[in-house]
Amino acid sequence: MSAEPITKVSIIISKGSLDGIYPGLIMANGARAEGIDADLFFTFFGLDAIHKARHEHIKMATVGNPGLHFATLLGGLPGVSTVMTHYMSNRMEKLDIPTIPEFIEMIADTGAGLYACKASVDLFGLEKNDLIAQVADIITVGEFYEKAAGGQIIFT
Amino acid sequence: MQTRTYMGTVVSVDDQGFFTDPTQWREAMAPEIARQEGLADLTERHWQVIKFMRHEYDEKGTGPTVRVLGKTSGVPIKELYELFPRGPAKLAAKIAGIPKPRGCI
Repeated sequence: MSAEPITKVSIIISKGSLDGIYPGLIMANGARAEGIDADLFFTFFGLDAIHKARHEHIKMATVGNPGLHFATLLGGLPGVSTVMTHYMSNRMEKLDIPTIPEFIEMIADTGAGLYACKASVDLFGLEKNDLIAQVADIITVGEFYEKAAGGQIIFT
Repeated sequence: MQTRTYMGTVVSVDDQGFFTDPTQWREAMAPEIARQEGLADLTERHWQVIKFMRHEYDEKGTGPTVRVLGKTSGVPIKELYELFPRGPAKLAAKIAGIPKPRGCI
């Protein structure tokens, strides 16, 4: 007997780096493509992904990222994060992976709900107007759980 | 390997119902497959996507993802999800008698 198929996912994006944001976006978009309902919840630095002024300037984390296989000290040098981000963006463009702003717009078009975490919005002194138009609402953690009911929660 | 019968013709499908041999597909089978997938009517816009799926498959040997569909089929992503609510690329591929498109984005 095969397992019960997944019909709904609620994906939390909590990090503000390029490598912290993309996986959650890919999972949300992929869920919709499979006909699975999906909501995205942006919290803490993940809010940068839906921040009007910041979402076009998301950088790759080059410090404390052993996956890059170069010395942490190097990763902290001025400009290294910019260069690595540029390199990664070029590779993504070649593979036709959309930029973060384009990807988020596309995910909103698939019918996925985009939500911002109230605690984080308050913490960073933001308002709804600071966030891109596709954000449906700023919600509390309690409201998030209500929305997530009956589905899987994925934290990234 | 499983089989299904559309328009009185037996065709080979995989365990999710995708055609394994797209040459067995006929346009007249599309409405029947669509009904099975919960789409009562195929409009002109549905057909635009279905024909595009066939065309892409003939050209590239694989069906397009939703992103490619949105960029090149002439039907924007929002509308694709209205036409094929349970996953446009997947559903349109099934109705168009081609294998399920693979691709993460």
